[in-house]
Amino acid sequence: MIQAVRLRKHYGRTKAVDDLSFTVKPGRVTGFLGPNGAGKSTTMRMILGLDTPTGGDVTIDGKYYTELKQPLRKVGALLDAKWVHPNRSARAHLKWMAVSNKIPASRVDEVLEIVGLTEVAHKKAGGFSLGMSQRLGIAGALLGDPEVLLFDEPVNGLDPEGILWIRQFMHRLADEGRTVFVSSHLLSEMAQTAQDLIVIGKGQLISQTTTEQFISDATQDHVRVRSPHAVKLREILAANATVTEDAVDGALVVHGIPAPQIGEIAAENQIVLHELSPQRGSLEEAFMQLTKESVEYHAH
Amino acid sequence: MTLLAVERIKLFSTRSPYWCTALALVLGVGLTAIITGTSEKGQMSIGLTQLGSSQLALAVVLVMSALAVTTEYRFNTIRATFLAVPGRTSALIAKTVVVAFIAGVLGEIIAFGSWGLAKVMSPTSDLAINTGAEWRHVAGVGLLYAVGAVLAIAVGILVRQTAGAVAILLVWNMLLEGLIGIIPKVGIKIQAWLPFQNANHFLALGGGNAADQPGAGIDFKLSQWGSLAYFAGIAVALLVVALVVAKRRDA
Repeated sequence: MIQAVRLRKHYGRTKAVDDLSFTVKPGRVTGFLGPNGAGKSTTMRMILGLDTPTGGDVTIDGKYYTELKQPLRKVGALLDAKWVHPNRSARAHLKWMAVSNKIPASRVDEVLEIVGLTEVAHKKAGGFSLGMSQRLGIAGALLGDPEVLLFDEPVNGLDPEGILWIRQFMHRLADEGRTVFVSSHLLSEMAQTAQDLIVIGKGQLISQTTTEQFISDATQDHVRVRSPHAVKLREILAANATVTEDAVDGALVVHGIPAPQIGEIAAENQIVLHELSPQRGSLEEAFMQLTKESVEYHAH
Repeated sequence: MTLLAVERIKLFSTRSPYWCTALALVLGVGLTAIITGTSEKGQMSIGLTQLGSSQLALAVVLVMSALAVTTEYRFNTIRATFLAVPGRTSALIAKTVVVAFIAGVLGEIIAFGSWGLAKVMSPTSDLAINTGAEWRHVAGVGLLYAVGAVLAIAVGILVRQTAGAVAILLVWNMLLEGLIGIIPKVGIKIQAWLPFQNANHFLALGGGNAADQPGAGIDFKLSQWGSLAYFAGIAVALLVVALVVAKRRDA
């Protein structure tokens, strides 16, 4: 379990992380969601003892990361796939990590096999594609067979095949009972990967809930209606709902009355309908709605 | 011991230490070969055999040692290191020990290599190592390199950038300390307390041609071994500062 209590990180007057409290439950995939610059990476670096919090603290099973004796056996992390010396081979990179935490050398070959890098194990990491680097980073995270895994934007810049691989991989890790904490700025990605969500913006907690709950709370249902008698229908519906007009094709967009009921109302009033379709708000829209107050830089 | 093994693997799984070692050997021994080849028959001295090792190759060793740290910052492997070994001080001390040891061994190889080559090229010269001063002059090069490596690593940790660290070390060692001697009257008094001047003083042979040797004309207050201890003291003090900074700083 990862627990952050009133975590703060200030750089001068910039509050990268501000009074952030959350819990990452064991045995689940928890998504760490927020727009770019929301403080996700900073928070992860503080969890791992790389950055010192300005205030508050964050612990892993009640201990600071820096207190762990052989941290790689407890926590595996992939913060940046490029944290490898370009002239060092994949195997040598994993070898020194293994030796540092007294992990048997045979485990190096095991994790190379798991991520599918056995063939290129002796090649220089500097020549790896982003996808291969990412795999090497994951091999490093898995090296100590840790119960807790942290990934910072693991699918960023990957091709669809790589994204699918990582997504399936995380499910596998959670199925094995590990705690997976993964950050992303894409809600659609998290919706397919994470069971729980911690959403932050401008360094502050926006919401901590299950993914399902978050999506149903955040996305509003509405119904699209097209009719030759749109004006009349609009008058009737407006009594009990919010009705707007789709700017593109002039269809009515009804909030507040479910589709079957709209159909019945139309029948009672002998109004012909050409379309009656329930819509679900897009995840990205909902996310933008939630975090728009806390986006650091706006495009105008 | 574990951490020493880690740093050894890290160092020898990249190419720069091999290149720097080769370059130090070629420059150090090469300069001796040129001096021996151009000197009058039978006129080669022990002091001349070590100009390459104690001046030229030393600079390369300083660069190699600084690189051992700055490349870790350059490629962010320092963060991977601190993730694997959250006790930053012990990780950095292990690195210092490994690099200083390698520098020391390299120093002995270059020093005795230069001396051996001069002996072969100029068999009629008196190059026998008889006195304590002569032994110190040749075998002391390894000690000098080891201490220099500690100093360079400290600078590397503090500066974190290769270009900055290398510039500081080279200007400091090759220019700054020498130029201070130009200041009238007080210059040589200040020089007596500068680290690399004391390093030169440690190696100084004294005797007949003392005026030709590096560090000549400076009024040193310390004994020759005292100078080495002083040089080492400064290197260790700088390393302690660097370790404290590295511990407090965000990685």
